[in-house]
Amino acid sequence: MPSFDAIVIGGGTNGLACAARLQKSGRKVLVLESGAEPGGAALGHEFAPGYRAPGLAHIVNMIDARVEREMDLGRHGLAYASLNMPSTAVATDGDHLVLEGEAGERVTGLSEAEQRAWGELRTQLLTFAGVLAPFKAMTPPRIAAGVGNEYMKLGKLGFSIRGMGRDNFREFLRMLLINVYDVLNDELTDPRLKGLLAHDAVLGTWLGPRSPNSLIHLLNRLSGQVAGRRAAIALPKGGMGSVAVAMARSAEALGVTVRSGAQVSQIVMDGDRAVGVVLADGEEIRAGTVVSAIGPKATFLGLVGPRHLDTGFVNRVRHMKARGGAAKLHLALRGAPDFRGADLGTRLVLAPSETAVELSFNAVKYGKVPERPVMEVVLPSVHEDGHAPSGHHVLSAVVQFAPHAPQTNLDAARAEMLGRSLAVLEDHAPGIGDLVEHAEILMPYDIETRYGMAGGNWHHGELSVEQMLFLRPFPGMAQYATPINGLWVAGAGCHPGGGISGAAGWNAAERIIREVRG
Amino acid sequence: MIYDAVIIGAGHNGLVSACYLARAGLKVMVVEKNDWIGGAAVSRELYPGFTYSNCSYVSSLFRPEIMRDLELPRHGLQILPYEGGALFTEGGDYLGMFRNHEANRREIERHSPRDAEAYDRYARDVLRHCRFIRPMLLRTAADPASFRPRDIAELAWMGKQMFGLSEMAMYDMIRFWTMSIADFLDEYFENPAVKAYQAVASIIGTALGPMSPGTAYVLLHHAMGDVDGNVGAWGFSRGGMGSITKALSASLKAAGGEIRTGSGVERILVRNGRATGVVLENGDEVLGRRVVSNMDVKRTFLKHVEEAELPASFVKRVRNFKIRGSSGKLNIALDRAPRFTALPEGSPCMKGDMHFTDSIEKMELAYDDWKAGHYSRDPFQDMMIPTMIDPTMTPPGKHFMSCFIQYAPPKIEGNDWTDADRDAFADTVLNQIEAHAPGFKDSVLHYEVRTPRELEREVGLTEGNIFQGELTFDQLLFNRPVPGYAQYRSPIKDLWICGSSTHPGGGVMGAPGRNAAAEILRDIKTPKKDMSDAYAVL
Amino acid sequence: MKAEKTVRPDPRLHYLTPLRQTPFHARTSAANRLNSWGPWGGYTTVLEFEDLAMEHSAIRNSATVYDLCPMVKYRVSGPGAADYLNRLTVRNAAKLPVGAVHYTIWCDDAGKIIDDGTVFRLAGDDFRICCQERHLPWLLDSAIGFDVRVREETEDVAALSLQGPCSYAVLKAAGFDVAALKPFRMVTFPFDGGELMVSRTGFTGDLGYELWTTPDHALPLWDRLFEAGAPWGIRPIGTQALDIARTEAGFIITNLDFVPSHQAVREDRVRSPFEMALDWMIDWDKGHFTGRRALLEERAKGSQWAFVGLDIEGNVSAEQSIIYHDKKHEVGQITAACWSPTVKRNIALAYVKRPYHAGKSGNLWVEVYAMRELQYAKLMLRAEVCERPFFNPARRRATPPGMF
Repeated sequence: MPSFDAIVIGGGTNGLACAARLQKSGRKVLVLESGAEPGGAALGHEFAPGYRAPGLAHIVNMIDARVEREMDLGRHGLAYASLNMPSTAVATDGDHLVLEGEAGERVTGLSEAEQRAWGELRTQLLTFAGVLAPFKAMTPPRIAAGVGNEYMKLGKLGFSIRGMGRDNFREFLRMLLINVYDVLNDELTDPRLKGLLAHDAVLGTWLGPRSPNSLIHLLNRLSGQVAGRRAAIALPKGGMGSVAVAMARSAEALGVTVRSGAQVSQIVMDGDRAVGVVLADGEEIRAGTVVSAIGPKATFLGLVGPRHLDTGFVNRVRHMKARGGAAKLHLALRGAPDFRGADLGTRLVLAPSETAVELSFNAVKYGKVPERPVMEVVLPSVHEDGHAPSGHHVLSAVVQFAPHAPQTNLDAARAEMLGRSLAVLEDHAPGIGDLVEHAEILMPYDIETRYGMAGGNWHHGELSVEQMLFLRPFPGMAQYATPINGLWVAGAGCHPGGGISGAAGWNAAERIIREVRG
Repeated sequence: MIYDAVIIGAGHNGLVSACYLARAGLKVMVVEKNDWIGGAAVSRELYPGFTYSNCSYVSSLFRPEIMRDLELPRHGLQILPYEGGALFTEGGDYLGMFRNHEANRREIERHSPRDAEAYDRYARDVLRHCRFIRPMLLRTAADPASFRPRDIAELAWMGKQMFGLSEMAMYDMIRFWTMSIADFLDEYFENPAVKAYQAVASIIGTALGPMSPGTAYVLLHHAMGDVDGNVGAWGFSRGGMGSITKALSASLKAAGGEIRTGSGVERILVRNGRATGVVLENGDEVLGRRVVSNMDVKRTFLKHVEEAELPASFVKRVRNFKIRGSSGKLNIALDRAPRFTALPEGSPCMKGDMHFTDSIEKMELAYDDWKAGHYSRDPFQDMMIPTMIDPTMTPPGKHFMSCFIQYAPPKIEGNDWTDADRDAFADTVLNQIEAHAPGFKDSVLHYEVRTPRELEREVGLTEGNIFQGELTFDQLLFNRPVPGYAQYRSPIKDLWICGSSTHPGGGVMGAPGRNAAAEILRDIKTPKKDMSDAYAVL
Repeated sequence: MKAEKTVRPDPRLHYLTPLRQTPFHARTSAANRLNSWGPWGGYTTVLEFEDLAMEHSAIRNSATVYDLCPMVKYRVSGPGAADYLNRLTVRNAAKLPVGAVHYTIWCDDAGKIIDDGTVFRLAGDDFRICCQERHLPWLLDSAIGFDVRVREETEDVAALSLQGPCSYAVLKAAGFDVAALKPFRMVTFPFDGGELMVSRTGFTGDLGYELWTTPDHALPLWDRLFEAGAPWGIRPIGTQALDIARTEAGFIITNLDFVPSHQAVREDRVRSPFEMALDWMIDWDKGHFTGRRALLEERAKGSQWAFVGLDIEGNVSAEQSIIYHDKKHEVGQITAACWSPTVKRNIALAYVKRPYHAGKSGNLWVEVYAMRELQYAKLMLRAEVCERPFFNPARRRATPPGMF
């Protein structure tokens, strides 16, 4: 049995990114993945014979540039079937809006005045997103002196924020914690555009567009990049799984050992130190550094266990909010649907207005299924073969909002959610119901079961303002180190959160390299 | 006659400003559109023998520094602390609040033994946040975009306040400022009624539901006041809330200031970019070296100043200032005290705030109705009967009941409120009380209904917002009312704002008025007289 | 004689009596000749029955009875109870034998003291915590991950403290022979159709016992003790007499000598075990407990405060006084003080900044404002750090105890 310097628990994008970076620093790294292959939520699956669904994520929009570059993902097989995917705000009357270019640089279907208004707002949002972007690629600072904050980087960031000019700076401070609904209504009038932007802002959150602190999620989205393109929406060739496959290949090429089917059941403690892991089959593997890239709740309440932790800390773990609000819908279609002429190669957003998005959020506050959910639809089979039998299609949709803890029983809520989602689809693409050969909907609680994400939340814990930056995953533990010596965290529950990114894993590795001699 | 300062609006902030300016030796004139003074701190007799607190109805936030500086007790102000409170639950029980610590613990224990022992730590944590914010109330918010030494010094002061806390306390504070009250309470309590009672203060006056982020701060906004040092306590102003403005007006007159009622302002006079006075609705001009507006920021700049006098970006910000009304009010004259079936005879819980919404979810549902442009079908009430304590407001044995109602939108599904809407709204409220106190409706002698429409029309609060602007972070501190104009000044020279649209915001606090006066005196290099700094927090 | 089952009044009417009466109230009120009452933990308790000096004197001379009912009691039971307490408190509960008691403290994550109290091991997996303040949420939250049940049982227990050199003799005369009972051990007797648990514990620093039963046996217990103790001059004591005795014994009281970390509004008021001189209790080797990491760090880096006994010149008691170094710099404050009738010294408990507790303790002064006939006499008195307890008689530990 070879010995390892570091064990990374979880072979999702963050685990693989972390492992690769650690291996590059000269450490010997073992990745333990519970699934049959690495990839986690980035992995696709066959949900009906001949139909492959993307996993939880169905687009790439915020992959970490360091991961892309230093793991040389292109060389390891990552290519894009579509790199600047346009977005279509689908209207039931066929009067769609199409956003193309960087963050909707060009919009067809808007009035001239609205074009201008959107242009101004877009510029402002991109400016704000631009100054926030660098935060993602660093360890969050602590509000304390003499604790190893990266003052050079912080100084540069502060300078760039102030460098926006006084008016922009003031607006930045005003809008940082504002709700997206008010901003959209202050600046825009077209409900289709407002609906699309409101939808994008609250995607993956447990907030409605009228909830304060919701604009920042739109900024977060706009601060993403793919292959050097800002705010791009991309579809990997060969399906979403290709990202994980390329990352795993790259990691392995660097010398990382990736073991699949290895479910970690416990982190082994020796006194105050984490010294290894025990697998479900009882096998014990030791290493000086243990990194958990799974969720913080699962890591501390499950693998470590409260008895090795302080009560106040356990409370912070428990209090980390992890409400998933998104369901994942997969349809096997025997033919191409017709969204009243909308280009099926675009990202289709079914959110008629900002109010419609808010209404869909209303229900989940009470554990109910919304009457009219909103959704983001992607048809990977339109872009390339291999997703569905020839002439057939796979429709993948993120449907919001879905209750993570429904009042009724779980099966009833799932059936209701599916029925209502199909009804909304039918309104936008008449006849689509007749094309459905098979339908699968993953409710937040299904996502929790399948991917181990607490509450079915994509980020392993809500990425809300009070759980961001130096408050993520918990106050006092935002630098990837944990109270337990030798144990680090690197998953989406850490700064800067989830998505197909690898940033959290990469940041964690950088921090480990800085703090622990290899 | 040219006054040193013409103040528009005899609300509590306008009067506080006027008092301080007059005491510093300025010749002050307050013009008020109504035939009575008080703004939203007003008491009127609308039914013979009954004095109402027509708008605001309780006191806690009014800064003791101001009461003392302006000698308000000498001019008749008296604050009577609450004796209890109750939240009625659906099953016919109630959760009481008691001043006695042990009684309060045992009361919560009836509902949840765990919550009973969680309460002290919760109260401690909220008090910590209060202690942090209180010194900021009587200071002008620093402009973070400014390089002026004063702003830098003020920012440094704030930084020092922050760094006086431990690292973890700072994190907890940032979390508290950004999270929803529902989430915050979940960290302490398990019982729905206990949570609902604590959430009361987090939604009053706001256009947010308890599940909205930012509502934990609103709780703080209501908890940072005190009655004689008892932080978080509330009380009645003896004789109704109008007693506060009556005392202020007496204090102003004693200092040589003047008030002219029935004098609505038509327009603020601006000459060569300077405010020089006001034109009244009757055409009279009242001239002054400066004009101080107690009206909200929208009313001041969008209705009473020519748009051409203002920079376009400022006008846009003022237009986009969020001032959505969310509440209504019923003031009721009662022939006898209501008998709440849940309460034991003679319960002190009648001598304070009473509520009929027993879960966070129900509060949030009430908010969902508001979002949809309707008043809440099952509204939240902050109801009290001041005459349980105050013997001066009604004939003996009779009572005045004040019902603050949430939520009520500025418009009903996009249309103006009609009288029918108003009456239906009132019925909803009366029926809710009747359900808990059978026979209540028969005891009603008279009532006054105030929807956002009446609040705007009579009091002048745009969209009926009681805080002259919502209390979200984008409209607090240096963002209130508008970034770059958060120091009581406006783009027009000599035109000042002193109402609740400015830092630190709404509630009968007096701090905006006091702070505005401080800035004016600073501007004209006149020594402040009788103006205390915020009392030190020991 | 069985006490009648009382009909519980309307539970909503609790506010009419915000301060409850303990199960001994019928007797304490009859004995409270001064009608001197004070609130304690939601109960009304006696401050002084008849004569403070006589009550204190009895603690050191004969036998005294003190009503302990307001102490907060929690029951911890289940297979994980010992593990649970080991994670909760700083001492090793696994090492506590069945039938034994230990004094302990528990801390928050930062290693600051939440409270102190005694832990009774009633059975292998059944413990009772007895403390001053209420902590149910913390105790329940600490139970996550442990197979244990935590329940508040304050009102289910009636307790008396029997203290003084003759307390053993009184117990024996009352029919409870505890000759073999060592300090911090307990034993159970059948009593009045129920049970009486006797633990050799107390808060006076003298020979003494604490007696635990259910409320329905409270009055018979009181009567039995006073009947049996009459030859020794047994008498009830109030909180004021106990406070002198505990100061002589060097014992601390929550919220008098330190502020519990969950209650402190001002962050700097909290104290660690090192700062309360309670670090001797910490079992560093038992595995993890809440606060351990912070305390390890504090042990390495040093603490800010120390808790000491002071011997102050003269005979003027120095309650609440500020302590100065070289009569100039404030270095601490007195938390408890009295002229000790027992040791004839002017004693105090105090917190002082390090290193004034040891290395620089040579030049300490306390500023005393002594009110005499409406006029303050302002004194600057020399104080010396000295050993605690101030009074520690051998009779306290002798087994079998002496028959005085």
